[in-house]
Amino acid sequence: MEGFLINVLNGLSWGMLLFMISMGLTTVFGVMGVLNFAHGSLFMLGAYMSMQLVRWVSSFWVGLIFAPLFVALLAIALERFLLRPVYGRDVSFQLLLTFGIMLFLDDGVRLVWGPAHHVVNPPDILAGVFPIFGQTYPVYRLFLIAIGPALGLGLWAFFSYSRWGKIIRAAAMDREMAEIVGVRAPILFTSVFGFGAWLAALGGALAAPHQSVGPAIGEHIIIESFIVVVIGGMGSFPGAFVGALILGLLASFGATMAPDFQMALPYILLAIILLTRPRGIFGEES
Amino acid sequence: MFGVLNKNFLTGLLIVVFLALAPLVLTTHWIIILTEIIIMSLYAMSFNLLFGYTGLLSFGQAGFFGAGAYFSALTLAHFTSSFWVCVAVGVIGTALLAFVIGWFCVRLDEIYFAILTLGFGMMLFTLAHNWRSVTGGSDGLTILTLPVLTFSSYRLELFNPKIFYWLSLITVSLGIVVLRQVVNSPFGLLLTATRENSQRVSFVGQNVRTVRLVAFTIAGALAGMAGVLFGLFNRIASPEMLHWSFSGKAVLMTILGGSGVFLGPAVGTSIFFVLEHFITSYTTNWMIFLGAILIALVLLFPMGVLGTAASFISKQRGVMKHE
Repeated sequence: MEGFLINVLNGLSWGMLLFMISMGLTTVFGVMGVLNFAHGSLFMLGAYMSMQLVRWVSSFWVGLIFAPLFVALLAIALERFLLRPVYGRDVSFQLLLTFGIMLFLDDGVRLVWGPAHHVVNPPDILAGVFPIFGQTYPVYRLFLIAIGPALGLGLWAFFSYSRWGKIIRAAAMDREMAEIVGVRAPILFTSVFGFGAWLAALGGALAAPHQSVGPAIGEHIIIESFIVVVIGGMGSFPGAFVGALILGLLASFGATMAPDFQMALPYILLAIILLTRPRGIFGEES
Repeated sequence: MFGVLNKNFLTGLLIVVFLALAPLVLTTHWIIILTEIIIMSLYAMSFNLLFGYTGLLSFGQAGFFGAGAYFSALTLAHFTSSFWVCVAVGVIGTALLAFVIGWFCVRLDEIYFAILTLGFGMMLFTLAHNWRSVTGGSDGLTILTLPVLTFSSYRLELFNPKIFYWLSLITVSLGIVVLRQVVNSPFGLLLTATRENSQRVSFVGQNVRTVRLVAFTIAGALAGMAGVLFGLFNRIASPEMLHWSFSGKAVLMTILGGSGVFLGPAVGTSIFFVLEHFITSYTTNWMIFLGAILIALVLLFPMGVLGTAASFISKQRGVMKHE
């Protein structure tokens, strides 16, 4: 029973990180129609930048606040100068462009920080373990489990009530109609891409104390968040939440119950969902 | 019509003869690089049957490429040492595999097809990575004895880089001839038609799924054929050959050369490996260059190197005719 609960907690904390990353991915796809291969690299860049900031000023919170901002600025430049020229083109070329950005950023990180893995310690207030179910559990993971839904709620409120949130949703629903009623699409696209990158990098900064920071973390997480977004339904926020939870729990239970099989589980789930509900669990059938 | 066909045939023959003579003047080092280019060209061209001709972006092509390598490694380890049996098992095995996986994948298109093929490719990767007793797990399967080729009393040793080169050239040429026949056949036109407008194809009474499935199977079988050679070339079948980043390589090489031209992927593969060779002799960060090149290509030359050159030449010809 304890093992079961620990599995649930592990699944939830990993699921919440996946959720943060998938949120950005799904927002960018929903509004811009671009499936961003470089999203995992932005996540990784967030982790590395926060690690660097922690080293310089030795404050986790400074890293958490400023690293995502830097990455968002970089993403805004990427959108403005690289992505914007290919919007009218075939979807494959957009995918390839972001694939190129991914290769560039992933190797760039290796060039700057080297191939070694780095460790970031959680801040004192979140360090240590918490006694739970007769066992101990890292406080930082509980923090992740709490911050995920909090961030999700905040975003939900943003998209439901704020002016900008409503504009983004309107543009996601019908881009042409939104432009007709006066939404300036270029600015909207740039801000949405920057926002998505901010979310990815925030996930990265939060993930840094959860796992070691190495050059392969972006490549690893991008495929998982693709799966989350696709099984949840591309462009759907509840879909991203449910998809991330399923994948998180699948990872933790799979690791203990079917260790040989665990790596394949997300792909099997992906195939089953795509073949039975091609637009995902929460996606609208076209 | 016949004039064009003959001209293409002659060009092809000329390239093959030229390549066949190349080892006589090249150093062993370059023969090995050229062997890899030739093998990978077939892989990229098999991918382009789906991408360039059928309009399906597959991110799981490495699954079949790697499967070919594993099939031949397993055949060699357990059954026979005949080269042609190895190739046959690899091709037929991957064709069957591609048929089964394709049966699922062709139900979807665009991004969903790309993601689903990625998923199936990664399933094969995990199978190879985790099924230790059969596939050797993450170490892969080392090919200890290369197959032998016997022509009556004459024995060919594949350990000789030149022999291996010629054998790869023959096998890959066969694969490319098959591709050429497919692309030029009425079925090939049907493929292009499904790329341009799949709805119309179904309106005129063709089953789009069947057409795509046949293309997927042929592409898979030819990728498997390239994989057999690649496994023998490296003397190992390893899980990395099935990973999605290896599928990405096929995409890259194709775009580099040009997906709209028949030999585009082969030209792209050549540029890819020559560039890799030169850049890695200066720095280990080859991927950062590759990323930058890909970005520049997509932005500036989406038709690829050969595609841009071909359209430039045909434009010049047009100008000359007008004058």
